[in-house]
This record gives sequence, structure tokens and C-alpha cells, in this order.
Amino acid sequence: MTMKSEPFVVNVGPQHPSTHGVFRLRLTMDGEKIVDAEMVVGYLHRSMEKLAEGRTYTQNIPFTDRLDYLSAMSNNLAYCMAVEKLAGIDVPERGQFLRVIMAEFQRIANHAMAIASFAMECGVWFTPLMWMFREREKILDLFEMTCGARLTTNYVRIGGVSFDIPPEFMPAARALLKEMPERIAEYEALLMENEIILARSRDVGVLQPDLAIASSASGPVLRGSGVMWDIRKADPYAAYDRLEFDIPVGTCGDCYDRFLVRMEELRQSVRILEQALDMLPDGPASVNVPLALRPPAGEAYARIEAPKGELGFYLVSDGSPHPHRFHIRSPSYINLTPLRDMVVGLTVPDAVITLGSIDIVLGEVDR
Amino acid sequence: MIFLAEWWDLRDLGNPVGKLLELLGDHGPDWLPYAVSAIVGSITIVVFLLVSLLAFAWVERRLLGRMQARLGPNRVGPWGVFQSIADAIKFVTKEAITSRNVDRWMFWAAPVLVAVPVLVVFAVLPFGEGMVLADLNVGVLFVIAVGSVTAIPIFMAGWSSNNKFSLLGAMREVAMLISYELPQVLALLGVVVFAGTMRMNGIVGWQDEHNTWLIFLQPLAVLIYLIAGTVEINRTPTDIAEAESEIVAGYHTEYSGIKFGMFWLTEYFAGFAIAAIIATVYLGGWTLWGLEEWVPGWIIFLAKLYGLFWLFIWMRGTLPRLRIDQLMGFAWKFLLPLALINIFVAGLEVLIWRENDLAAEAVLPGFAIANLVLAGVLIVAWARFLGRARPSWRPARARLVKELGAVVYGQEG
Amino acid sequence: MSQLLDGLEIGERIGKRIPEAVVEATPQWVVVHPQKLVEVATYLRDDSELNFRFLSGVTAVDHLDHFEVVYHLQSFSPNHMLTLKTRALDHDNPEVPSLVSVWRGAELQEREAYDLMGVRFAGHPDLRRVFLWEGFPGHPLRKDWLEMPGGLSPGLGRFPRED
Repeated sequence: MTMKSEPFVVNVGPQHPSTHGVFRLRLTMDGEKIVDAEMVVGYLHRSMEKLAEGRTYTQNIPFTDRLDYLSAMSNNLAYCMAVEKLAGIDVPERGQFLRVIMAEFQRIANHAMAIASFAMECGVWFTPLMWMFREREKILDLFEMTCGARLTTNYVRIGGVSFDIPPEFMPAARALLKEMPERIAEYEALLMENEIILARSRDVGVLQPDLAIASSASGPVLRGSGVMWDIRKADPYAAYDRLEFDIPVGTCGDCYDRFLVRMEELRQSVRILEQALDMLPDGPASVNVPLALRPPAGEAYARIEAPKGELGFYLVSDGSPHPHRFHIRSPSYINLTPLRDMVVGLTVPDAVITLGSIDIVLGEVDR
Repeated sequence: MIFLAEWWDLRDLGNPVGKLLELLGDHGPDWLPYAVSAIVGSITIVVFLLVSLLAFAWVERRLLGRMQARLGPNRVGPWGVFQSIADAIKFVTKEAITSRNVDRWMFWAAPVLVAVPVLVVFAVLPFGEGMVLADLNVGVLFVIAVGSVTAIPIFMAGWSSNNKFSLLGAMREVAMLISYELPQVLALLGVVVFAGTMRMNGIVGWQDEHNTWLIFLQPLAVLIYLIAGTVEINRTPTDIAEAESEIVAGYHTEYSGIKFGMFWLTEYFAGFAIAAIIATVYLGGWTLWGLEEWVPGWIIFLAKLYGLFWLFIWMRGTLPRLRIDQLMGFAWKFLLPLALINIFVAGLEVLIWRENDLAAEAVLPGFAIANLVLAGVLIVAWARFLGRARPSWRPARARLVKELGAVVYGQEG
Repeated sequence: MSQLLDGLEIGERIGKRIPEAVVEATPQWVVVHPQKLVEVATYLRDDSELNFRFLSGVTAVDHLDHFEVVYHLQSFSPNHMLTLKTRALDHDNPEVPSLVSVWRGAELQEREAYDLMGVRFAGHPDLRRVFLWEGFPGHPLRKDWLEMPGGLSPGLGRFPRED
């Protein structure tokens, strides 16, 4: 016998501890079971694409910092690559390596945040968050050392990077990389084989690989479903074609797999960084580019493997110093496409950790 | 027992109070000792709890800070010791918002009522030999009965708040309390079977007399009671009734200021109550193998109580939260069968002991070892039976690949 | 290395299979007729050699006299990319068919393009505004959208679904 009950609506968000910002998930529930889910976004919409049309190409770089404010370096990189593609600018080798170094440090910082907030959503009371912030803090110190900013770095510039690294950067970075494997082992000991995390996240929020591909998911969400795809390998940019690394993929496409993939990406990033620091060539870090850059009329689409997925910039130029069209293919937003399929049939706690395992940043969802 | 029972013997604070009551009984009207003892006892318990609360609100935050590689509160006073006082002032002075559509009476009554049952539990717990407010002969029953009353004010709070999250939290709390009441009672019954009494002082006396703690004779029961107790006091890993990341703050989402403070304070009190019950029933209460002759018994008792509370803090700093169905399943599938087996074994052992009229010194160590082994075997076997969370075919780490475009999925992949 | 497919070649292939579909083909992109868009997209996805199973991005561009909708397609194996375009020539009332039936990933991106650029995607299952609220005047990413018409100020004062 089944009991009939009237479905009711629960608004998870826009002000809720675990929506990573102002995200609203409108859940229609039958008891504790979700029968329908709808996402409502736009609370943080800042109309960046319109604003960018009124500014020069160089002036737009700081906007990209505010997209995914947890990985500003990656956003800078993707945008500058698009402009360089549009204007046909070549970046010197040292600049390419510096970009890789910063992007990978940023990936560690971002995944630390992603894993920690996932664990928080599973109910751990701040311990993994604080542990991971310890390393994230050191990475932000490295950024501060290099460009004076910690979060909104505005570091990668058109034609290279804004500053070469200071002499104290190398020892600090190497010291951090030396202790990282030990730290990662610590996080793994705390979280990975934890029965409660396993029980909570296994078979929850399952995303089949076919649906993941069809719904344009990217990054750890796509790889968690077992699809071997990483733009760093598929379409190598900067200096990634000279570096050795593996792609971690999941088995079942559930929250636990996405978590495992992020954990492993931490290790791979450390591996990339060690090589990149060793291989860092001498020479200029950037070429001079006019501030009011006038790329020839045309269009360019450049993409990178940002920590959250495929981050692409589509620029259309009409020959003026302002972009005619400035479009951001933001991974956080597009990864939300299969959210409804993932959460229907689950309960509120499961929906919350599913959302946490997608790892969204509202700055990038709403733009 | 070589307590002198002189009024100046502060090893048992019951001595001076007893003397005073005797004096009052001799010279005053009949009802006076009763009234005075009630007032003195209640005030003492409340003061003790409040002081412990102020201390432990700070200790917990400092300890969690240590566990989380940060400092914890260190600004108010030396090492931040006055932080909890500052918090208390904050609670009292903050605006206590009552939203428009709440059921006003229930909304206001709930935070007041919620603190009562946990306070009352302390009435039957002996802090020292004579230091017990009401030495009920059904102490264990009283503790169980009063402990479950908490569900009602919490449901009142959740229902009257007129908030879906509050209601979900309150429903969860009630479901959880009902489920965990059963293993909790069964775990305590094992003790009653051994001690042959429900009087708290009697249980402590039994442990003292046989020079053993019931934790050795009932290792499984103490584990079950600890888990069930954690559920009752709503701390991680079982804080699903106020799961921050899921239902905002559960039943006290709509509460602020001192009204929220009452819920917060009740949670601490309940933590102390569970720790005190475990210390009394399983850890020999105020006795410590003869040391109580030299050190006041209430200090020993408090040391045990705070040590157990530290365990709760540790758990909070380490473990994630379970989902409600998993928590329920754990109670019914895991704890309940084990508690039943435990009580059966306890009954059997006592039967053998009493029927054959064996000497306690000879038989108790055997029981202790047998029960410890049994507990280990049962836990492992039952866990095996229920299965691990990670099936063996699933890799423990993400797979590493180099090629692109293909898909690995599922068991075969 | 991901290879960007030659638009001329792909245009020829599409033209052979679906006549009159290709409007324009350059080495960088292929422009197809909106009426044939779904057919072309299905062909690109299902053809075993092309195998464009992944829709990387959808966006619309305002070219002042017409709108262009741009699709970036990605195939995982073989590893190549294609830029597919279609044009909505009516600038006041642009409409192109929706590709949600071909790629689920188009769902949110088409909603975004509708919200900000005002291109209607016929056949979209849930074509509503995403970032802006229902009733927002105009589509701000259009080049002729310079200020809010009628002196309106943003904000409704309440959430649209709350009544």
C-alpha cells in the first residue's frame, strides 16, 4: 500500500548554506522524495557580456577574474588565448610555462575548495575545509608574491603575463609541492575511505555517460561519468603538450566518482607542476601588445580545461578596439543542464550533495 | 566506604547538606527539609550545568580549532576564555524575532519547555555518594522516560515555525528519537540485569562492590548507548534534525536571540546528560577503585563526564553526517538486533552466575572477556552481513587513462 | 591535437546529403539554412565519420541587420571540431529551430541566448528567461538595446512566481 500525499514545494536557496552563492533550486517534493526540480539563477547576473562590448580587449581581463572567482587565473588564461587567437599573437615560451604553472596552482586551489565544500555538504564540520584551506592559502600567497593579488589576479595578459615571477617564488613553490603529496594523503585518509562519505555519495546523483556527453557536461562531471576527455590533452594549449600527466576518470558517474576524480586531479596537478617548474625556460615572459589592441575583423573560439570544465571564450571582432561580441561558455552553467535528471527521485540531502559535486560558482553561472 | 559523614568532609558535598537538613528537620516544621533540599539541589544542578556550558562552549571551540589547524577563539580575555560569556551576552541582547505567521504560543513555549527534560535527568544522577537530588529506585526508567520527552517541544518548535525546513527537521527529530529509543532502552537493560537494581546509586554501588565497571561486562551495550545517545543530542554524525547543509538549521531555523540560545544550550545540556548517564551506569560513577577515598567523588565523576563529552567533540570534528534513511536503517538493522543479542547473553550469564551460586571474583573476569570477544565478533559479523559501502568491484581511486574519447562505465568497464 | 575541420569540405558533404542546406561555407565555418538545421545537426551527430556527439557551445551574435547563431561542435573520437552557424534574417523577430532534440546540452544555452539576445528557438521545451525575470523589457545583448525603454527601472519589487 502506498500512502498518497500532496506534493509540496521547497525552495532550496537563494539563501541556503549549501548552494554556493545565490542559487535557487525549486524542489517539488513528495514527502522527502523529489519529484521535480527546477533551477532558478540570475541573482548574480552582472551583464558582463554587454559590459565587455564597451571596453577594449585589455580592459576586459579584470572582468574574467570575477567570473569564477575561485579560479581567476584560468579565466584570464582562456580569455587571453581567445584574444591572441583573434589577433594572431604568439606568446614566448616562458610565458606559456608561467601560464601553465599558475593555471595548475589555481586548479589545486579550486579543487581544494570543491572537495572541501562537497565534504561540508556531506556534513563534516569544517575539518576538511580548514585543512585544505591551509594549502590553498599557500597557493594564494604564491599568487600574491607574483602579481600582488590573491583572488582577482588579473595576471595573464594578452601576449604573455603581467609580471615575471620574483626570485622567492621558486623556493616557496618547490617547498609547497614537496609537502603536497603528504597533504593529499592526509585528505584521502580523512575522506576517501570514510564509510559515511561512501554511504552518502555512492549511487547518488548518477550521471550516465551518454547523458553527460549529450548534455554538454565537461570537466570532472564528464570525467566522473567515465568519459576520457580532457582539453589539456585533446587540444593542448600553453605548454601542456610538453608535460606528462594522466586523466583520472570515474566508473559509475555518481557523486563519489566526481569526488575521486577531483582528488586524483590534485595529484596530477602536482605532477604537472613539478615538471613545469623544472622545464621553465629563460627569456621574456611576454611580448608587447598595444593597449588599444585592434584585432582584424573575424572571430575566434578558444577554450581551456578550467578546474570546473571547458571554459571557452567566443569573440567576434569588427576591427575596432572593442569586441563586437564577447561570449563566455561557462562550465558551471552548462554543467547544470543535467541537474534535473540527476536529482529527481532523490531526497533533499542527496540533491544538496549532488549540487555540491557539480561544483558551481555563481559568479560564473550568472555572469 | 569510609566516609565520615561529618559536615566538614567535603569529599562528599552531600555531607554538609545532609547535616543542614538534619538540623532543619530537628528544629523546623516537617516540610522544611524537603523544600530546602529541592531548592538547594535544583540550584546546584542548574549552576553546575551553566558553568560547564560556559567552560565547554569555549573548550569545544578551542579543541575543534586544534583539530582543524586553526586557533579558535583567542580574543576575549586570555586565550579567549571569556568568549562564551561574550556569546551569552550576544544571545541575550540580540533581537528575538518572531515572524508574522508563526503559531505564537507554541513558538514561544517550545524553547522554554525544551530545556526542562534534560535538566530533570540530572535529578537522579549521583555526583557523589550522598550527592543525589532524588534517589529514585527506578532511576534508569526515569532517565529513559524523561529523555524522550524532548521530542515534543522540538516538534512544537518545528511545527509552529510555519517553515518547511523547520517542519522537515522536526519530523526527522521525532522519527529519529523513536527509532533510537529502542536500542537505548535495551542497552540500559543489560546493566539492570547485572546490577539487579534500577537505582542509579545502586548501580554505582554494585560496580564499586565488585571492583569492576559495567563497560567491561557490557562493551556492546555501551557502544550502542553511545551511538544512540549521540543521536539523541543531535550532534554530528547524526545531526540530521538540524543538518546545516540540507535543511538550513532544522527545527530552530526561525529562532533567533535567546530563543535560539535555549535550543543551543539544551543541546549542550543533553550532551552532558548523556555523558553523565554513561559515566554513572557504565564507568562506575563517582568511584575509581579506591581513589574516591582520597579525591572527592564528584571530581572523579566530573572528570569522567567531561572526558566523555570530549569524545562527542572529537566525533563532531571528524565525521560526516548520515542520511536519514541510513540512520534509521542503522538503528533497526544494526543496533536493535545486536542489543537484543546482548541482553539475551547478559541474562544468560546472570542466570548461570546466580543459579550456580558462583563467586563473583571467579566469574566476572570470564564474563568480561567473553562479552568483549562476543562484541567484537558480532560487530564484525553483522557489518559483513550488511555489506560495505564500497563494493569490492569499485576501484578505490579514480582510474588513470592516457587515451581520449573512449568511455569506461560500470562494473565491466 | 583537436583538428578544426575544413568548413568547405564539410559544407560539400552536407550539401550532398541534404541539398540546399548550406548557405555559405568558408574554411572556418559552415552556415546552414535554419529550416534544414535540425536535419543537418542530426546528420553531423549520427554520421560515424563525423560523430559530433558533444555540443560545446551555443551562442547568438547580433550582426545589426541579422542574427547569427553559432554552434561549436566537438567530436571525441576522432578528435575534431566544427563551427556550425545559422542565420535569422528577420532582425525584429528572429527565430531558428531549437536543437534540444539533438543535443540536450543546448537547453540552457538556448535559453540564455533567448534571454539576452531575443532569438526564439522554435521547439524548445522550456523557452523562458534565465538570468532576467519574466517581463524584463527587451533583450539587453542586442546592439540596439541601449537603455531600458519607457524610463523603466530594473526590478519588479517581487519575485515573478510569488503570488
